[in-house]
Amino acid sequence: MADPVLSIRDLSVEIPTRHGIVRPVDGVSYDIQAGEILGIVGESGAGKSMAGNAVIGLLTPPAHISKGEIWLNGQRIDHLKGDAMRRLRGKEIGMVFQDPLTSLNPLLRIGDQLTETMLTHLPIGRAEAEKRAVAALEEVGIPGAAERVNSYPHEFSGGMRQRVVIALALCAEPSLIIADEPTTALDVSVQAQIIALLRRLCRDRGTAVMLITHDMGVIAEATDRVAVMYAGRLAELGPVRDVLTHPQHPYTHGLMASTPLASQGKSRLHQIPGAMPRLDAVPDGCAFNPRCPYATEKCRQAPVPRVSNGQAACWYPLVDEKVI
Amino acid sequence: MALVKVKNLSRVFDVSKPWLNRVIERRSKAFLTAVSEVDFDVEPRSTYALVGESGSGKSTIGKMLVGLLKPTSGVVEIEGIDLASETDAAKIDAIRSDIQMIFQDPYASLNPRWRVKDIIVEPVASRGGNTEGLSERLLEQVGLSVQDAGKFPHEFSGGQRQRICIARALASEPNLIVCDEPTSALDVSVQAQVLNLMSDLKDDFGLTYVLISHDLTVVRHMADKIGVLYLGRLVEEAAPEDLFETPKHPYTQMLLEAAPQMDGFGREVLPPEGEIPDPITPPSGCAFHPRCPIAQDVCKRDRPAMRQINGIRVACHLAE
Repeated sequence: MADPVLSIRDLSVEIPTRHGIVRPVDGVSYDIQAGEILGIVGESGAGKSMAGNAVIGLLTPPAHISKGEIWLNGQRIDHLKGDAMRRLRGKEIGMVFQDPLTSLNPLLRIGDQLTETMLTHLPIGRAEAEKRAVAALEEVGIPGAAERVNSYPHEFSGGMRQRVVIALALCAEPSLIIADEPTTALDVSVQAQIIALLRRLCRDRGTAVMLITHDMGVIAEATDRVAVMYAGRLAELGPVRDVLTHPQHPYTHGLMASTPLASQGKSRLHQIPGAMPRLDAVPDGCAFNPRCPYATEKCRQAPVPRVSNGQAACWYPLVDEKVI
Repeated sequence: MALVKVKNLSRVFDVSKPWLNRVIERRSKAFLTAVSEVDFDVEPRSTYALVGESGSGKSTIGKMLVGLLKPTSGVVEIEGIDLASETDAAKIDAIRSDIQMIFQDPYASLNPRWRVKDIIVEPVASRGGNTEGLSERLLEQVGLSVQDAGKFPHEFSGGQRQRICIARALASEPNLIVCDEPTSALDVSVQAQVLNLMSDLKDDFGLTYVLISHDLTVVRHMADKIGVLYLGRLVEEAAPEDLFETPKHPYTQMLLEAAPQMDGFGREVLPPEGEIPDPITPPSGCAFHPRCPIAQDVCKRDRPAMRQINGIRVACHLAE
């Protein structure tokens, strides 16, 4: 297999607080290959966005990377500071956030925002950048791109704005795109358009995509592999079809079973008892043990095995538990 | 008899600029039709779901049902009484305590400076009712503990707060609860807990729900009947089995096709064309015709009336 575009090794993020250190990301490892969409799924507070922010160097102090390595195209980037990181951001890593309105400057025409990014990162002149800006908008499917480059963000609808943000993330031709809940603020029909767009760009350009979302449907349709996070740790990692239809981790199983689709025709939905632990009170051993129906003494004490592709972080992985 | 009867309901908002701007820029007044000639009935002890994308008018209808907004035209009758035109204060009063609402954002709908017990009994206390032991009983019914009564909202998670909102809605022993996106702000596993709680309470208290949601999977699980809204118009109404198996209206078909499916691995969806049009200047005839794959001349000219086809109501010239 070719070298991965992004490789995260045993990454931990820590935030010192008055009541001690909390670890929103704890010992997470995964790779993303060129042309692959990796889905990161989990409930709120599971640390999925925090891991994405760590990669692009956007952790807000006092949060910091306390352990582990991040490799991008064979270069170690987790210790880069200031200028070096800024050159990487936009050039090598594109970012798409949830809310397209707050990721665009409302006072600049979108053409200017695109050319500014390209002039910063690519060795091209203004005329060439302007030409490429139009091409970038055409590529993401904005009709009348030649005229729309002169529009301001407020003149676009939500779905069109998210397309502009994707064009902006792509215009310096990065090898990795981190998309953090890119369709959560959008309607179903527009969401389908954006997912189709992400998949096409990934296929045509060979861009690696980290797709962070809480929506299992989006994960199933858009991604090649999926990483399930729970309380800052990886619960399971593997090809999307395997993880969703035959989950090995009891948490993944509970999560899938509690979606209304999996309970079709039943009067009650499957419930996972309890709630995800607060980050300052993650239990010893497996973080999921207080809610797990199969937990034993071993789960309460011994740290769970590390996850690699196609595995769950569980002492007693489920075999042949079909959900959908 | 239907508990809720909605007849020819419309709501228009004035979205004009201030008069001086209108004079200088020579613009006329602008009106946004959020809800347009909607008809439906809700049977007692059933769950009626309204689905649609943003701007389809589902929340506006919900607010008109509970009386937070007045209809521009048309009638909302609850237990046979129209709150907007009824003059007998005693009758209005009796109906009002029968209607409650649960909102989407459990963080914004609880007063952060009130204790949970005061929040929960407010619908009864404000009418001078007896509130002794009420909050404790309701807390247990929604799966919280009696010790939580003295706490403040910030001490609870999103799912627990939504339980508090449900307890408050139950306090006045209502018949009808309008739930506006009750689980949209919650995670999947918490959503399952809240939906189960809502189902249990419906059985225990004989409640009727009007469930407003954009999530088709939630609606399919909960509803006895589903109304699909597009640009303020009801385009289709059917039982969930019929709606999901044989959607009649092209918009419903598009919506179901576009919704991400958990078993749709690598599914190549032909994404729908275009977006919802501007509600200030809606298309002529059928509002969906600019995006409709089977639109014909008649669709551009005439607005389709609601028709009955095998127990399904659909507003489309061409559906059969």
